[in-house]
Amino acid sequence: MQSNDKELVGIFVHLDSLVESVKKLQKMDIKDFVVYSPFPNHEIQELLGKRPSPVRFYTLIGALVGFFGGFGLAAFTALKWGLITGGKPLISIPPFIVVSFEITVLLAALATIAGLIGNAWLSRRRRYAYDSRFSQDHFGLALRCPDHRLPRIREMLNSSGVTEILTKDHKELPR
Amino acid sequence: MTEMNLRYRKVDNDILGTLQKPGKLYFLFISIALAGILWGAGAWYYQIQSGLGVTGLNIPVAWAVYITNFVFWVGIAHSGTLISAILYLLRARWRTSIYRSAEAMTAFAIMTAGLFPIIHLGRSWYFYWLFPYPNQRELWPNFNSPLLWDVLAISTYLIVSLIFLYLGLVPDIAALRDRLKGVRRRIYWLLSFGWRGTSEEWRHYSSTYLFLAALATPLVVSVHSIVSWDFAVSILPGWHSTIFAPYFVAGAIHSGLAMVLTLLIPLRKFFRMEEYITVRNFENLAKVIILTGLIVGYAYITEFFIAWYSGSPFERSTFIYRAVGEYAVEFWIMVIFNSLVPLAFFFKKVRTHVTSLLVISILINVGMWFERFVIIVSSLAHSYIPFAWGIYRTSWVELSITFGSFCWFFLLFLIFVKIMPAISVTELKEEMVPLLRKVKTK
Repeated sequence: MQSNDKELVGIFVHLDSLVESVKKLQKMDIKDFVVYSPFPNHEIQELLGKRPSPVRFYTLIGALVGFFGGFGLAAFTALKWGLITGGKPLISIPPFIVVSFEITVLLAALATIAGLIGNAWLSRRRRYAYDSRFSQDHFGLALRCPDHRLPRIREMLNSSGVTEILTKDHKELPR
Repeated sequence: MTEMNLRYRKVDNDILGTLQKPGKLYFLFISIALAGILWGAGAWYYQIQSGLGVTGLNIPVAWAVYITNFVFWVGIAHSGTLISAILYLLRARWRTSIYRSAEAMTAFAIMTAGLFPIIHLGRSWYFYWLFPYPNQRELWPNFNSPLLWDVLAISTYLIVSLIFLYLGLVPDIAALRDRLKGVRRRIYWLLSFGWRGTSEEWRHYSSTYLFLAALATPLVVSVHSIVSWDFAVSILPGWHSTIFAPYFVAGAIHSGLAMVLTLLIPLRKFFRMEEYITVRNFENLAKVIILTGLIVGYAYITEFFIAWYSGSPFERSTFIYRAVGEYAVEFWIMVIFNSLVPLAFFFKKVRTHVTSLLVISILINVGMWFERFVIIVSSLAHSYIPFAWGIYRTSWVELSITFGSFCWFFLLFLIFVKIMPAISVTELKEEMVPLLRKVKTK
């Protein structure tokens, strides 16, 4: 962020106004912005054009570790004392698959959450301005830009149908 | 104020508004629940002090009410995940206003179920031996045993259900946080992990939620199958049957859906949520109960048929004993309440009448409790050799702990509905058609 960059928050009631504003921002080659909504919206996600979330790789890795680890735990512990019960082999596939399955699901779930925390929260590069209405009943657009571009952006937001524009002095982070 | 503000704001006001200071009736229910828990805890203390001899457990019936409670509560948990995870994957819109309460029911049911293996140990302080931890004697649990599979399955189900419940709550907690001030705002800020609802957060969140739903789905089938194998891998007549996994899973969904109705009907009335939890939601639940009731009824018939068709005198004797023996009353309660009473839902008038729904759901829960009791106790009481037959009678200790466990479950649910939104405001808003400026100006 440059020292003469300013922060601006647009608050929207209408979804299409927000979508139109984002499209115009992209045309103006402004990349330093974030979109807020009280619920997920496919239109916004498609517009922002991001690839599918990498959380799925965490799930896969957790599942693989769980599958082999679960089976390994059961097999290793069975071999420790080597007690033959019911004439069955020491490493018996059916019961150990049950163990393996449960630990697969468990570690996959934990890894998925780790993926969410790692991607969504720990990797937040910067904090944008926030308004408490964004979790309730309004959409939001927070951006940073050089001072000289602000009037043009304001004009663009107004033409798109923004409800309210806040600048840095007026914003509050919920604390 | 614009239309969109009103619609979304109404949802917030109606649902988040239920989290205000409770009235006297709420505190009365809490007091009753706490009193019940204290009574049950006192009975458990007496049992720990005096030993398991104070229960009715003996040879041959070494498993009875405690295991009945364990299986009962695990079964109830499954419907919550069916509604919140499986119906999510199937994109069933009617799930939206009921899944949060159902998920909470799941979490609390497993927490209740998890008490019983510990209570049933007698020497409850040794419960940690069930878990595989490295120790100096290099002792490990026996992974060939279904009791160990239970430990893993129940633990996994508890952890995954709690994660799934909490994940769904996060955006709602943020919505609640932003309406509050002072210390409460701070507390909910921490609980929401600073959720802001940015597009990046939603992108990862949506993926996470989808994968967790996909992971929770096989647990619905696998966990109660594993619990059923506690019995099916034995050799007892009436237990050693390949039907047990689907039989128990269907029964679990059956009892769980009934418990969802039992919880939602009063919740809807007390919180005045008639606009969100509609008769249509209840009717859909009732329709699924018809299906599960038919499956359970079919399983009863199949068991009897196979007992006769097999020609095994032991199998035949056990099933005749169930119908006319010592526990015949419990057996007929089970058959009538689980498979015959739900047939009333075939009539639209019954399945759309709130009082009928409540009464039938309670009867199903009673019936399902007795089903577990009949399966467990009758097979143990009447196995192969007449010399080994015995009678089990419930003791006041077991009944007190059972009562305490019901109070524990309802207490957890009562607390939950007053600190967290019982309906997902985020998903309700997501389903509404958003207001568009261009449409308005036409």
